[in-house]
Amino acid sequence: MQLTVWTYEGPPHVGAMRIATAMEGVHYVLHAPQGDTYADLLFTMIERRDKRPPVTYTTFEARDLGSDTAALFQTTLREAYERFRPEAMLVGASCTAELIQDDPGGLAKAAGLPVPVIALELPSYQRKENWGAAETFYQLVRTLAAPPASADGSTAPERPARRRPLCNILGPTALGFRHRDDLAEIRTLLASLGVDVGVVAPLGASPADLARLGEADFNVVLYPEIAGVAARWLKRSFGQAFTTVVPIGVGATQEFIAEVRQLAGIDAETSLPETRLPWFSRSVDSSYLTGKRVFVFGDATHAIAAARMVTEEFGFTLVGLGTYSREFAREVRVVGEAHGLTALITDDYLEVEEAIAALQPELVLGTQMERHIAKRLGIGCAVISAPVHVQDYPARHSPQMGFEGANVLWDTFVHPLVMGLEEHLLGMFRDDFEFNDAARPSHLGAGERVEAVAPAAAQAEAATLEAAGWGEDAEAELRKIPFFVRGKARRNTERFAAERGLSRITVETLYDAKAHFGR
Amino acid sequence: MSPVVQPAARPAPVVGCAERPVLRERGQREVFCGLTGIVWLHRKIQDAFFLVVGSRTCAHLIQSAAGVMIFAEPRFATAVMEERDLAGLADANEELDRIVARLVERRPDIKMLFLVGSCPSEVIKLDLSRAAARLSQRHAPGLRILNYSGSGIETTFTQGEDKCLASLVPELPAVTAEPQLLVVGALADVVEDQFARLFATMGIDDVRFLPPRQSRDLPPVGPGTRYLLAQPFLGDTARALDERGAVHLPAPFPLGAEGTTKWLKAAADAFGVDPMRFRSATAAAEARAQQALAAYRDRLEGRRIFFFPDSQLEIPLARMLSRELGMRLTEIGTPYLHRTHLAEELALLPEDVVLSEGQDVDRQLDRARAERPDITVCGLGLANPLEAEGLTTKWSIELLFTPIQGYEQAGDLAALFARPFDRQTRLRV
Repeated sequence: MQLTVWTYEGPPHVGAMRIATAMEGVHYVLHAPQGDTYADLLFTMIERRDKRPPVTYTTFEARDLGSDTAALFQTTLREAYERFRPEAMLVGASCTAELIQDDPGGLAKAAGLPVPVIALELPSYQRKENWGAAETFYQLVRTLAAPPASADGSTAPERPARRRPLCNILGPTALGFRHRDDLAEIRTLLASLGVDVGVVAPLGASPADLARLGEADFNVVLYPEIAGVAARWLKRSFGQAFTTVVPIGVGATQEFIAEVRQLAGIDAETSLPETRLPWFSRSVDSSYLTGKRVFVFGDATHAIAAARMVTEEFGFTLVGLGTYSREFAREVRVVGEAHGLTALITDDYLEVEEAIAALQPELVLGTQMERHIAKRLGIGCAVISAPVHVQDYPARHSPQMGFEGANVLWDTFVHPLVMGLEEHLLGMFRDDFEFNDAARPSHLGAGERVEAVAPAAAQAEAATLEAAGWGEDAEAELRKIPFFVRGKARRNTERFAAERGLSRITVETLYDAKAHFGR
Repeated sequence: MSPVVQPAARPAPVVGCAERPVLRERGQREVFCGLTGIVWLHRKIQDAFFLVVGSRTCAHLIQSAAGVMIFAEPRFATAVMEERDLAGLADANEELDRIVARLVERRPDIKMLFLVGSCPSEVIKLDLSRAAARLSQRHAPGLRILNYSGSGIETTFTQGEDKCLASLVPELPAVTAEPQLLVVGALADVVEDQFARLFATMGIDDVRFLPPRQSRDLPPVGPGTRYLLAQPFLGDTARALDERGAVHLPAPFPLGAEGTTKWLKAAADAFGVDPMRFRSATAAAEARAQQALAAYRDRLEGRRIFFFPDSQLEIPLARMLSRELGMRLTEIGTPYLHRTHLAEELALLPEDVVLSEGQDVDRQLDRARAERPDITVCGLGLANPLEAEGLTTKWSIELLFTPIQGYEQAGDLAALFARPFDRQTRLRV
């Protein structure tokens, strides 16, 4: 068993629901106990969809367990087909139904419905939401995508010569973090490159659309967590190459453009949309951002993109990087190593919390859960990845991808930090009654940055300082350092003292350590 | 928007549907499981912690239901079962011991821990009651460990509170035959305080509440105990109290001016309160409640309301809305109909109402669409889709998360149903 305070991903059948809900003409019959319909409100409330998800649940109860739950499944399946008349159906089990082993796939086959029925095997006790979405999308594509007319299946088929190249966009789903606006942004970008878009899937696609996937020249993969498996299958089966760069950030977007041009065989440069990020980052107002210590956590795609952006486009220092996407652990580790870091691969919220507390960053870029952690530790935070709550499905256009996405991210990452002048003044005047360490940055409104420290906690902190050898004077001097770098200063000083075998930390030790480490 | 029907235009409904047939349906149920009760119970009993033993789905459910609350340290968590737990590779009891030990270390301030059963833990027949007994011994006396089921296969939404309180009943200290009043069901703190004041004014001093705000303040129970149910979904808790010798006081539920008076009166009669004293204790507050309700009567009178099943509060709410605000009832769905506890309520409902127990959500949606009620009470999974179809809705969970009981809240309760109409008339886009 794993103690879970917050979970980064839902169970795999929620991933399957995200695919079914994203598409048109697909219905999902889910063998699940009463209560699992809670998942509907992820779509109707958090994403604010105006339709019920195309999911019918068997909602069995304890009294059904004594009788025939398999018959209940079959009745539900038939009735769902009759009522909704979908073009294709998905059938599967939730975690509890997996335990009672009714075999929805076999039962569905026996029902003999006149549409394709895809049985999903989603191991709930091993896998999670994104895996479930990827597997469901892959199974749908495998079943429904027809090869291009000329294909013989063995070699990359010849595609008809067109005036403009044609691509599919793969990956956007229901309940995806900013998928709606990313898609709009990338459509605009591809249009400006002179590339036509064939099928967008799963978001908005019908089974008939999936059948046309093979017609495109190549695939654009926006979210590898969702569409990676399907894209690889399309490459093997239909010879369609796919993009490997996710266009989040200015640099990544430029590489993405180069990749698309290469895949599409376009030589001519066309005029592109503009981005303000490079100028904003070079303007002198941003010089105080240099070297700010940032911790990044999220799904692999967004964490890798943010790691590159904060270092290359914001001039921050990356002090921690991690992901809950185990399927992409290797890729994240490689990025971590490039920054001299060991990436944190975990889905345990408490481990992430420990890592952030130990590293004492000045900014946390993470998920909804890292907001909890950052709030508790009094650190500025911005959300870069799912899981997210309702406020991160905004009404306004808010892409993460492309050049407008870079503009959005510039504002998002800088906003929670204390602004330049205020930061200077905090360093100079410590005892202001309004603008002090415990207060929130004043551009974020009045109030406390952290909850008032309870006397017991303050005593405990003083005790740990004393235990670490801090003399009273040194401790007082430490408190004069602004809060956002104080944790780091404390760690450096203690390390400096330990390395030299000093049992007592004085004011001198503090400044010796500062001179030694340079900050 | 349909026009308001004047009350004069229709015959006064005949009161009393105690004998009416109930439409019983089986099919897809669009309801929460009992785990959801944790969302308010963890705030009510402040030194209690709720550990769900279940799957990732269970963890995901609670966090989706409670996710908007930004707190650094929630007083609930899930022990997520993994492949090795199911394959029997890990001893479930050892695993639980390890997790509970980690929790206790992290939260030394908790005094009561509920091990909450879920669908997966029940299907594999994990014996959480024995685990709770064993762990209680190990962590005594600082920490008491109890167990109940919040699974979807056993419980619907508010029944989670019922199972939780029922698990508390055997823990209550025994008391001999002294008369004592117990109010059962989690109420908002402010409502609890108002009721305590009203009872004190009429001379009933020894009033206790279950659940208490702190687990060390468990109310005693014994043959002298008379209990009032403040919530309609407490079947198991009532049975457990009966077994301890306590006696149930039948009453309608304290919603609206009338309901509150009748509810208080049941206790007053049982404790021999003089009718004059009862009137003097309640008259002013009742008049205030009626005055507050009058402000909403114009807006709600004659409006047709349809209830999807959710919390078992549907029947008492429908009674209050029809009798005190003149709303017209179409169908009242309830997940479960406890005939004994609702007998007083059913007697007050008009004859022309359709009662349904259980659900086949697609068929019920067909009925709602055919009926086109002025307002539909339903869960969050249905609310926005129905709004998009042009039906006005009131999302039902709010009725659990808002103080609605008692005289002083009668107007607030009416306001919850008036607000969707108010909003419609304001919005011009």
